[in-house]
Amino acid sequence: MNQEQVRQVVLNIISDIAPDEDMTVLKDEVSLREQLDLDSMDFLDIVMELRKRHKVEVPAEDYPKLATMASCVSYLTPKMQ
Amino acid sequence: MAGQHRIVVTGIGLTAPNGNSLESFRDALLRGVSGVRHTEIRYMGQQVAGLCDFDEFKYQSKKMRRRGTRAGSISIWCANEAIENAKLDWANIDKSRVGVFLGITEHGNVETENEIFEMHQNNLDWKSWSPHHNPRTVANNPAGEVTLNRGITGPHYTLGAACAGGNVGIIAGAQQLILGEVDVALAGGVSESPQTFGIFAAFAAQGALANHEDPTKASRPLCKTRTGIAISEGGAIYVLERLEDALKRGAHIICELAGWAVNSDASDFVNPNPERQVQCMHLALRRAGMQPSDIDVVNMHATGTGAGDIAESAGVREAFVESSKTYVNFTKGHIGHAMGAAGSLELAGNIPSLVDGWVHPGIGTVELDPDCAIPNLVLHTPVKCNVKTILNNSFGMLGINSALIVKRYES
Repeated sequence: MNQEQVRQVVLNIISDIAPDEDMTVLKDEVSLREQLDLDSMDFLDIVMELRKRHKVEVPAEDYPKLATMASCVSYLTPKMQ
Repeated sequence: MAGQHRIVVTGIGLTAPNGNSLESFRDALLRGVSGVRHTEIRYMGQQVAGLCDFDEFKYQSKKMRRRGTRAGSISIWCANEAIENAKLDWANIDKSRVGVFLGITEHGNVETENEIFEMHQNNLDWKSWSPHHNPRTVANNPAGEVTLNRGITGPHYTLGAACAGGNVGIIAGAQQLILGEVDVALAGGVSESPQTFGIFAAFAAQGALANHEDPTKASRPLCKTRTGIAISEGGAIYVLERLEDALKRGAHIICELAGWAVNSDASDFVNPNPERQVQCMHLALRRAGMQPSDIDVVNMHATGTGAGDIAESAGVREAFVESSKTYVNFTKGHIGHAMGAAGSLELAGNIPSLVDGWVHPGIGTVELDPDCAIPNLVLHTPVKCNVKTILNNSFGMLGINSALIVKRYES
């Protein structure tokens, strides 16, 4: 997957986890938690969905790398080749 | 019954397979409208069930619905409707003096089955198990979701009472008011059981699962050709208050709780014991200071199983042998068996008779089982009667019996 495709994967997962949020105004460089009503359980859900849908494992020590959309894409793209 | 405190109902919120408000539910009961339909059950295929179609997102965000459970969603709908119906001054009410007490038959089966199914879809990867599983399956989940939704900081818990749960939830709420633990009790029962395969399969294994090519004819209580239970979801939550509190705030009083009883068969896991059922009804009457002839309507549990119907019919005949005026009806022909919600839903469906004077009929009984013949049984068409009192039966597995009596409020 290229970076745009990975971005879409993350976007789809967050849209399912936070269905009340408007994802069209998401800023990639800003913390997801600052822009969206996401808590720690939601991030666990994101990790879980990455595992179930795309067989990508995110170890606990790497959770901070999911802080922004941009960091998600940077971190996940090599894992989704 | 309540010592120095009289306990009254000042609001009712509900969802049933044939109505999402007391008015629409009552109308369906009087017109004989069934809410049982076909549904797909995992592994088993098409089955009959009573399913509700309330708007899950009227009182709850999509995110909170996703995080919670169907039972929680049903509870939130019912609680919000009840609060609105009671016209409570919610902005100024002391939320630490509000409690939530909900009867359930079971809770957690749905989520556990879903997680196991998902794990199988993921090659038994146990790490695919959801972090939400525990908060979804703790037994207090349905009541706890109501407190999260409405900012209630008083006590909340569920009452595991099998299919007597709906009555037991109301009784628990009344007891908490009498004890002074709360000033407002949101009390009743809920069921999400049609979402779980296991309950269908278990009733099928018992030979007690209803079926019919026309789902509206599947639930046939007291019928010679009944096939078993039509499993349903639903809920009914009551706002209960001490009479003096209700009067002080000028609340409309729907009815008064007159007496109740809960006892145990201590005889079998599944099969009922009519002797204990009679004892339960008589105890409720005694606590209400009433004779059998003081009861105008008995709403039977009447599940549509041979063992249950015949035992309860014998029990009701014996308990009311001295009364020639008591009418008897049942509700599961309309809505199936709403499990933990059954008691509170079925009582709610009869409460308007205290005002409109119509006893709703039982439906679905094509040919009355002679062993279930009861004097003044109301079948197929409503009966007009000056209803002042209702006794509501709800019984459950492991031999739990409950009888709850309500009466028209008179100052």
